[in-house]
Amino acid sequence: MYNFDVVRPSRIADAVKELSDSTESQPLGGGQTLIPTLKQRLASPEKLVSVAGIDEMQGVCKGDDGSVCIGGATTHATVAAEAGNYPALAATASHIGDPAVRNRGTIGGSLANNDPSACYPAAALASGATIKTNTREIAADDYFQGMFTTALDEGEIITEVRFPVPEKANYQKFVQPASRFALVGVFVAKYADGVRVAITGASNDGVFRWTEAEAALSSNFSADAIDGLSLSGDDMISDLHGTGDYRAHLCGVMTKRAVAAAV
Amino acid sequence: MAQVSMTVNGKAASGEVEGRTLLSSFLRDELMLTGTHVGCDTSQCGACVVHVDGQAVKSCTMLAVEAEGAEVATIEGQANADGSLNVIQQAFQDHHGLQCGFCTPGMVMSAAALLKDNPKPSETEVREYLEGNICRCTGYHNIVKAIMAASGQDVSAIAAE
Repeated sequence: MYNFDVVRPSRIADAVKELSDSTESQPLGGGQTLIPTLKQRLASPEKLVSVAGIDEMQGVCKGDDGSVCIGGATTHATVAAEAGNYPALAATASHIGDPAVRNRGTIGGSLANNDPSACYPAAALASGATIKTNTREIAADDYFQGMFTTALDEGEIITEVRFPVPEKANYQKFVQPASRFALVGVFVAKYADGVRVAITGASNDGVFRWTEAEAALSSNFSADAIDGLSLSGDDMISDLHGTGDYRAHLCGVMTKRAVAAAV
Repeated sequence: MAQVSMTVNGKAASGEVEGRTLLSSFLRDELMLTGTHVGCDTSQCGACVVHVDGQAVKSCTMLAVEAEGAEVATIEGQANADGSLNVIQQAFQDHHGLQCGFCTPGMVMSAAALLKDNPKPSETEVREYLEGNICRCTGYHNIVKAIMAASGQDVSAIAAE
């Protein structure tokens, strides 16, 4: 790693100021992706602004509208333990990485990174979550803009993520056993006004909504409803773990499993 | 350089570190607590697992300055006060839960974290909890058996393959 300074502000406003002081500064959540990235010298910030000590970005709470609100610096382990009002979300958090990673990694860090195989982007997109930053609120549909790309501006911090709680939901992850990321992961969420299906791990463009499956499931919420639907493998990730066609096939399989398991 | 202070195995510890100094490096190179092993250095293998404020973390993927003011526990602090092995360590010995021993500090610290939250885990729960701890010798069966035994459960039915 190249060297850098680390600051640990205790308020959002102080973190924003630290980030605006230098263009070579970067927020640090739990560091479970960023620290390995720094070790590989794929990033070389002069200053890391740790948000772990900001109390107002910690914890899970219930919003006035019944939604589940999660502070941006909340760890996966805390979401798994405390997001019981949205069981499928808690279950998703409980299978990210491994226990030690879950004790450090944060929801804000995961969403800001937008790894194309991460679990939280699928949960946020399928839930139509709202990503709240220090300056604005961003709808999940506008937030994810391709592999490792989001609507966040430089120096913008995810302070909270708000999830409307669906009637039924489930996340099915086909685990890549070495990395424990999703080879393909499908999050299905059934709301009063329709079903949303978000898929991670598969597309070269990162997380995406499978709109044909959403339409079919909105009129008939059963695994059979997507019989005959398929996705093209042409724009899917193809690597030594699986071809694009293999991932495209898995999208259908995991969607069916998620629908069957949704509670 | 920054000054960092923490409690390690119940004793105050402090030192000068760079921003990039990893907790694992601080423990091993500054405090000379070399029981915490660095296997992969990419947060995959879990040999470097220590407890920070009671939670298992990979010390190779945490900066030393992030542990400022924290209570850190390493393998060196696990033995009983009289120097004898604690119940988890003794179970690893009794059930042959190690061969080369490289992964063992991380295995023991992960096991301790699991049993603190879940005193009587099922075999499946033990195996799932160890997803982030890699052993290249034993094939895990005896490690799982040792942890089950340390939790006071009958392990006679668990195959030692």
